[in-house]
Amino acid sequence: MVTIYINDKPYQAETGQTIMQAADKLGFHIPRLCYHPKLSIEGACRVCIVEVAGMRNYVASCAYPISEGMKVYTNTEEIRRARRDIVELILDNHPEDCHTCERDGNCELQRLAFSMGIRKRHFEGEKKNYEKDLSSTSVIRDPNKCILCGRCVRICSEVQKVNALGYAYRGFKTVVMPAYNMPFNDSVCTTCGQCINVCPTAAFIEKNYTQELFQKLGDKNLIKVAQIAPSVRVAIGEAFSLEPGRQLEKELAAALRKLGFDYVFDTQFSADLTIMEEASEFLERFQGKGKLPLITSCSSAWMKCLEQFYPDLIENVSTCKSPMSMASALIKTYFAGKIKKDPKTILSVACMCCTAKKYEASRPELMVDGMQATDIVITTRELAWMIKSAGIDLLHIKGEEFDHPLGYSSGAGTIFGVSGGVMEAAIRTAYELYTGETLMDIEIQDIRGLKGIKEGKLVIDGKEIRIAVAHGLGNAYKVLNSVRTDPDRYHFIEIMGCPGGCIGGGGQPYAGSNSIPLDEECLTKRAEALYGLDRKKTIRRSHENPDVQRLYKEFLGRPLSTLSHKLLHTHYKAKEPRGIIPTELTDK
Amino acid sequence: MIAVDDKKFLKLKTFMQEAKGKDRPDSQLISILHKAQKLYGYLDIEVMNEVAREMNIPTAHIWGVATFYHYFSLQPRGKHSISVCLGTACYVKGAQELLNTIKQELKIDFGQTSQDKLFTLLEARCLGACGQAPVIMIDDKIYGGLTPGKVLEIIRSYKE
Repeated sequence: MVTIYINDKPYQAETGQTIMQAADKLGFHIPRLCYHPKLSIEGACRVCIVEVAGMRNYVASCAYPISEGMKVYTNTEEIRRARRDIVELILDNHPEDCHTCERDGNCELQRLAFSMGIRKRHFEGEKKNYEKDLSSTSVIRDPNKCILCGRCVRICSEVQKVNALGYAYRGFKTVVMPAYNMPFNDSVCTTCGQCINVCPTAAFIEKNYTQELFQKLGDKNLIKVAQIAPSVRVAIGEAFSLEPGRQLEKELAAALRKLGFDYVFDTQFSADLTIMEEASEFLERFQGKGKLPLITSCSSAWMKCLEQFYPDLIENVSTCKSPMSMASALIKTYFAGKIKKDPKTILSVACMCCTAKKYEASRPELMVDGMQATDIVITTRELAWMIKSAGIDLLHIKGEEFDHPLGYSSGAGTIFGVSGGVMEAAIRTAYELYTGETLMDIEIQDIRGLKGIKEGKLVIDGKEIRIAVAHGLGNAYKVLNSVRTDPDRYHFIEIMGCPGGCIGGGGQPYAGSNSIPLDEECLTKRAEALYGLDRKKTIRRSHENPDVQRLYKEFLGRPLSTLSHKLLHTHYKAKEPRGIIPTELTDK
Repeated sequence: MIAVDDKKFLKLKTFMQEAKGKDRPDSQLISILHKAQKLYGYLDIEVMNEVAREMNIPTAHIWGVATFYHYFSLQPRGKHSISVCLGTACYVKGAQELLNTIKQELKIDFGQTSQDKLFTLLEARCLGACGQAPVIMIDDKIYGGLTPGKVLEIIRSYKE
């Protein structure tokens, strides 16, 4: 411990901290912009400057370590003015279009300018004038809004390790862009959307489908069908100023009907179905038919990552479609048959926590009878906006149930939204399918929580099964690299592209004024809400879901049947550009 | 794709393999790009892709370095490069006029190459020949005391 003085008052602080870290713990929130606790320190924005006695210049508190007896001033007249000037200079080159901007009300730069007391603009700086990159199915890049804080570059290279983004050119002409300024769609971008999550402004936003959807919801000739992913229900409340961790499952079902949907289904139902197929696939491979380890395939960012970075492991990856695409395939076949309608008149909409699902929906491999299975994917953010825009009072609405036959789910389907959940759900079912006995202790603590890589072992019928769970693509690489060198190390691996799993997806609500993007406490609360929903259910194993059982009896036959293969399974192929994972980064 | 038996590429590959033996191979990137530019005359996307693969460095990062330094050219250069000095002395003596003449004659702007692939126009800040201002430099040769008329003569002499 060392003694430091902040604004002339002595405090005890832990040795080795930066001024900002120490100040944070002591209740001083020094303004900041480029800093993020999960990312390396860039020191690019200089917003976090403080005065240190004896130093000639102001220091960036995010990068400067504390020392015994250090006297720090965070709030003097001079430092306030200097900080305000810095933010003003950032604003001078920034478009003055807040009231028509996608991030209006959610913008960190806007909040910062307000808290600095900037009430008028002194200078008119030169503006940037670049074209928006609209090529991606999921993420729009707008360099004119970019303030070069570099959080997107760092999350893409340090956390996701995709390295799709870099700084190009120099000085005022610096632009964050993919290699060779190629269209985003042609780059190695996995469309995970984490750049959107960490961007303080609207330099990265999702491709928005809300207007198109509103229009289609008004079309009387269409049968409008929605499905909603597990993580949306535990995060959307944050967009309505609720504390993280409030689940709004039944409220959302009601709100979607009020928006104009004729049927509201639950992606958790098809999560149960995924487990039936994937657990059966695992057991088949475990008994010698096919490659091990089996790697899960629910995460769309991971699909693209696999094809670009790990094409040698394609055979290891489950052929199961994601729950979204399974539900969509059934909506246009099984369900269309049930309501005796032409599937071409059905509009299948998925409400997802994810931007990569927009990419997934466009994959030609997932077409069903020549039709796109999922017509529109909207993120949690887009759904929240639509609910507000349509004047629906989500917080006081009377809750409703999901529709049959694709709306009832077990607790196993619920926990799909959190890292480790798919594995846990698969084990609950695989155990029983293999041994014929019911697994009693179904909460598998080893693979819960936010640790980057989680490992576990379980014994089924005297045989040991070694499992691993990784979330965030950077963590996934470590597990996948170990599969390359030691293929027998694991039997079953779950991979989720985003930190925390789907709860940390690239389409989740922006961090509010008291939070930061991807805050661990917030992710933990979202996860707890999903585990809470699971605990409240009487049916917690996918194979016990009566609607799943009925679906197999009436339609599919059995897991891995010919029809299951046609509708619920897919394939992958190596993609260019191949992309590079730098060894010196992954070995750390 | 670059042919694997391409002589220039084999030279570049040998250079990269030597770089990989050094202390921090990723810090050799700039010297590798210099080598590539020397061999090919500019940095082609395919060449940068090969550097990425061989050195295990993401292309977005290589692109960042290649665009940061003015020395690296991302387009093929002409047979001759013309640098027009826009330093103070030359500017005062009418460098802008020389520049306009060259631009008109060759129908190119800074950084561009004429259609016949003969000339690339570059910007220069003082070539250290202020006494002869205004000056231009073609390849390694300085031409001083110029007027628009003289410049045209010189350029036309290179065309022959």
